[in-house]
Amino acid sequence: MPSTERLKRTPLYAAHLEWGAKMVSFGGWEMPVQYLGILEEHAAVRERVGLFDISHMGEFLVAGPNAECALNNLFTNDVSKIAVGQAQYTLMCNHEGGIIDDLIVYRLEPSVYMVIVNAGNIEKDFVWMNTNTTVPAVIENLSDRFAGLALQGPASSQFFEFSVTLPHFHIQRQEVFGKECWVGRTGYTGEDGFELFCEATDATHLWKMLLGWGGQFGIKPCGLGARDTLRLEMCYPLHGNDISEQTTPIEAGLGKFVSFDKKLFVGRDVLIEQKEHGVRRKLIAFRMTGKSPPPRPRYAMLAGGRKVGGVTSGTQSPTLGVGIGLGYVETAEAKPGAAIEIEIRNRRFPAVIERKPILKRGP
Amino acid sequence: MNVPKNLKYTKSHEWVRVEGSTVVVGITDHAQNELTDVVYVEVPTVGTRVEAGKECAVVESVKAASDIYAPVSGDVGAVNEELSSAPELLNQDPYGKGWMFAITMSDPGELDELLSADDYAHHIGA
Repeated sequence: MPSTERLKRTPLYAAHLEWGAKMVSFGGWEMPVQYLGILEEHAAVRERVGLFDISHMGEFLVAGPNAECALNNLFTNDVSKIAVGQAQYTLMCNHEGGIIDDLIVYRLEPSVYMVIVNAGNIEKDFVWMNTNTTVPAVIENLSDRFAGLALQGPASSQFFEFSVTLPHFHIQRQEVFGKECWVGRTGYTGEDGFELFCEATDATHLWKMLLGWGGQFGIKPCGLGARDTLRLEMCYPLHGNDISEQTTPIEAGLGKFVSFDKKLFVGRDVLIEQKEHGVRRKLIAFRMTGKSPPPRPRYAMLAGGRKVGGVTSGTQSPTLGVGIGLGYVETAEAKPGAAIEIEIRNRRFPAVIERKPILKRGP
Repeated sequence: MNVPKNLKYTKSHEWVRVEGSTVVVGITDHAQNELTDVVYVEVPTVGTRVEAGKECAVVESVKAASDIYAPVSGDVGAVNEELSSAPELLNQDPYGKGWMFAITMSDPGELDELLSADDYAHHIGA
């Protein structure tokens, strides 16, 4: 991000400053990284409830009689499998199978979809979708019109009466504190929760009302710092770190979001070849087994004293109190339970490859 | 932001307490507030020779690793062992229980290069 380029601000910018946020640059946006502290914000979401500004994320509307066909050709998952009111995680690949972005698709109406894209990829995705669609469809970028708020944590189900009629990974149109929103029961934390997409002009009102109403549950406003530690404990990949145009869904362990039943979608040839013949590296999760500095991106990963890969995301897990991370290793070494080492400032620290997610949840 | 008058400071946000030919070193209140939740501290081993302005320790928050620079040259005479099990002391008591290491100075004249409390307060815009 060149420093000369002005960072974009969400409609909640003033609210963040009012709540004492530390602001940082992220994907071209000036966003809150934390308010009082990452550890306490993380704990609020795991134990109670937290509120995030996700207005930096992009919203596209894809509509028309060809919308389903257009999305099925652009994305790896099969949107024909979701009914109106359902959500789906999917990937958009280039012709080499590299991941342009990972996205959530909501089917709002039989021929109207809302697609949520990563903040730093909005312009790139919009151009790619419009130039690579094989059938004519209306693809509209509504990112500036919409704001987004994510209410996450076990207590989030106690906010709305409609909680009982909105199942996990579904979306519906709802009035929330007097404002019309699209409310999805989705998130990026591994907890129950909602993502509210509203008119940008309604964002501050909703922010205040949700924090006010949430006071009884000990709600905390949460920044990108906690968002990162929460998603990493669940092993949700972050585009730009763990997945990129240089990695494929098969390498990233996201094959279940690739529907090979579809005869045509961008990247299919490469991905089917990788599925059948294997890949050279795989994205694995790991946990440090002793006392160590937190793992960080680009640290080397070793097995049997030999470099076998590199860390793509790492942090100190606030829930587990140990270093955790994701990284690519040679496929032969990608075995859960296997001992590896992470090289940190020329010293090697023991770690173990874990099954995903790293944070195991009760039933 | 707390900037005690009896200490000397570096532009890189270490504080220094002079005790005869030895200095005790830690990070300032401003630094701990910027770093936020400290989760790991790596101090030099006792006996290590350090050089003024060179990195000699690491403080890690959830988000990032930050180098800590030796304010003066000399030999590390003592380190705060408690930080390995309680790194949060840097946040809770940066000028007290959160001290990091002590250096036996090889050139006390280097102390003149450090900032006064007033200069440091000005440096951080306090």
